[in-house]
Amino acid sequence: MAVFIDGDKKHFRQLNGMIKEALSSDKNAVINNVNGQRYIAAGLEGDFDIVINGVPGNDLGIFMDGPFIRVYGNVQDGAANTMNGGALAVYGSAGDIICYGMRGGSVYVRDNVGYRAGVHMKEFGEKKPVLVIGGTAGDFLGEYMAGGIIILINRQDAWRPAGYFCASGMHGGVIYMRGNVEVGRDVRVESLGERDKEVLTFHLEVYKSLFEINLENVKIDEFNKIISTGNRPYKKLYAGI
Amino acid sequence: MGINLVMQEYEVLRNEAKCIGCKICVNQCANNVHRWDEDWQMIISDDKYCVNCHRCVVFCPTGALSIRKNANDFTFNANWENRHIKNIYRQAQSGGVLLTGMGNDRPYPVYWDKMVLNASQVTNPSIDPLREPIELKVFLGRKSALNEKDEVFKDDIFPWLELDLPVMFSAMSFGSVSLNVHKALARAAETMGTYWNAGEGGVHADLKKSMNHTIVQVASGRFGVNPAMLKEAAAVEIKIGQGAKPGIGGHLPGEKVGQEVADTRMIPVGSDAISPAPHHDIYSIEDLKQLIFAIKEATDYKKPVAVKVAAVHNIAAIASGIARAGADIIVIDGFRGGTGAAPQAIRDNVGIPIEFALAAVDQRLREEGIRNEVSIVVAGSIRNSSDIVKAVALGADAVYIGTAALIALGCHMCQKCYTGKCNWGIATQDPKLVKRLNPEIGARKLVNLLTAWQHEIKEMLGGMGINAIESLRGNRLMLRGIGLNKKELEILGIKAAGE
Repeated sequence: MAVFIDGDKKHFRQLNGMIKEALSSDKNAVINNVNGQRYIAAGLEGDFDIVINGVPGNDLGIFMDGPFIRVYGNVQDGAANTMNGGALAVYGSAGDIICYGMRGGSVYVRDNVGYRAGVHMKEFGEKKPVLVIGGTAGDFLGEYMAGGIIILINRQDAWRPAGYFCASGMHGGVIYMRGNVEVGRDVRVESLGERDKEVLTFHLEVYKSLFEINLENVKIDEFNKIISTGNRPYKKLYAGI
Repeated sequence: MGINLVMQEYEVLRNEAKCIGCKICVNQCANNVHRWDEDWQMIISDDKYCVNCHRCVVFCPTGALSIRKNANDFTFNANWENRHIKNIYRQAQSGGVLLTGMGNDRPYPVYWDKMVLNASQVTNPSIDPLREPIELKVFLGRKSALNEKDEVFKDDIFPWLELDLPVMFSAMSFGSVSLNVHKALARAAETMGTYWNAGEGGVHADLKKSMNHTIVQVASGRFGVNPAMLKEAAAVEIKIGQGAKPGIGGHLPGEKVGQEVADTRMIPVGSDAISPAPHHDIYSIEDLKQLIFAIKEATDYKKPVAVKVAAVHNIAAIASGIARAGADIIVIDGFRGGTGAAPQAIRDNVGIPIEFALAAVDQRLREEGIRNEVSIVVAGSIRNSSDIVKAVALGADAVYIGTAALIALGCHMCQKCYTGKCNWGIATQDPKLVKRLNPEIGARKLVNLLTAWQHEIKEMLGGMGINAIESLRGNRLMLRGIGLNKKELEILGIKAAGE
């Protein structure tokens, strides 16, 4: 049985206090009427199941480790910031800097994301963060990326699925992008291997079942794979004195 | 690329009459300066690799070794100094950005040395700290309610850090320094009732038991940052900038990212650990406020949040913004602050002296009526106890020491931290070198240093007739300037000696 929390006209501190209070005795919470409150589930650790109805504010799930959050609405900036584990599903679009510095867990966005998505995502041991975007992304997608997986499905078949400076400074991880690819000098574009197809198939299936979208126009072969040319981008930059 | 035109920096002088061929120098030098020659049956030294770290000199049992600066100067030219010529040779050879270590070594004025302290004579008698108590305890954090329109914060009492003396160990990451340095700093901080800062590389598992004396950093790379670490630490510091390299990020080269550094930073072994220049979620004071409150939310408002910035031109306005963003502690790092690696051009030319930055920030926050809302911690070359007393008189609540702590651990200031071959076991990850620094002995040396400074601070306070460090804070009448022009005196907010 889930706890129901009403976010109407609540200050973020009150709302987050109520959520923490509820989750101290329960595993499930449904938060209704969320209207821009920030820091929901910040630093939350544990296998909680949270449903958010409305539009959560910035830094949703920052530092989070473990919970599964579903948002029936759009999310604002900074969702899954420095997230360590767990999952986030957004039934709408996300603002800027989603998944900044994210180290683990998975994030699925049904529609589009703003600028600087997946900046400095990194992986560590068993932790391999995944960001799946159903639509398109703004500039600087995967900038400084150091690990993990970004999948840009581009289900609306946009001519240009990602903005400028995609993958600049990337030195780890992989971006799968469907449609036109324009990337900087630090990376190279490859065709998919068998393992890549398995990974893509898996995440596309999750996407389809989460959002109940059949992705009829999307073919695995239409994806390109972007990887870095090395994990030591600045090796030759310096001279000792 | 042709012959390397840079001549050796140092000459190794070996007194053959004293040398007994024990090969200690051969074993001690990680730069491979000394080697045993089987054919000649003697030790040969290759001067060009010498970095002047004095490891061999200190360890030579017969005192046979000494290091001299290479006397081969270029023809005198006050404009084209030796260093300019050599740097051009180096860059023409390599095409690289010149990298260096430790703080700004250029002969800029040191304003600590141009300020003198007061003492009581006849009236307001001085206090003898050996007979009477003098209080050095300080509390860092917000001393008033959060300046917020939001009703929800009006009753909050915010958490403080309690320091037995106004000195903490400043941020040096595991990766830039060895684990034994971290162990020594953590133990010394616990013993002395103060705090050490783990830097942006996370906290090694062996140091979890010291977390209540540990300040952790959230920097742009977010290395090692996880909810458990934030909740266990004594305080959380958002690192925006560093005095040695304001405005640029950091790159821990893959060679230094071994298994333990990788586990602590939570990145793969051997990959470059890149801290971007900005935090990509902070493009404004409002964004900074957002990260401060995200950390406060994640830690249930139980941890003070510090924001560290480099001292730059508009530091007073920046500090005002940080205070208004809700930070509990503002850390200002002056342009002489140390580093494990920084481009020389940045280290030597960007930023302003901490003395001016501190005076300007304290003044600005007082004028705005918000000085009581935050604590100010200064860093960037605090070299001795009198620097601390002067900093407190200028308005600081406490200071951070980094370079001074490393010198206590044996650093000889050769400025080659970035090579990873530190013969003193400090700025290295090579297991053979790391074990040269015994954390127990290191901790004792740091405790000794702080104990000595504690006595000296009390002596200076007692001499002024002041029995609590809190009463000295911002008491600029206790300072006088020597050899400063009118504008400098005005910025520092002090009178000239004799006035």
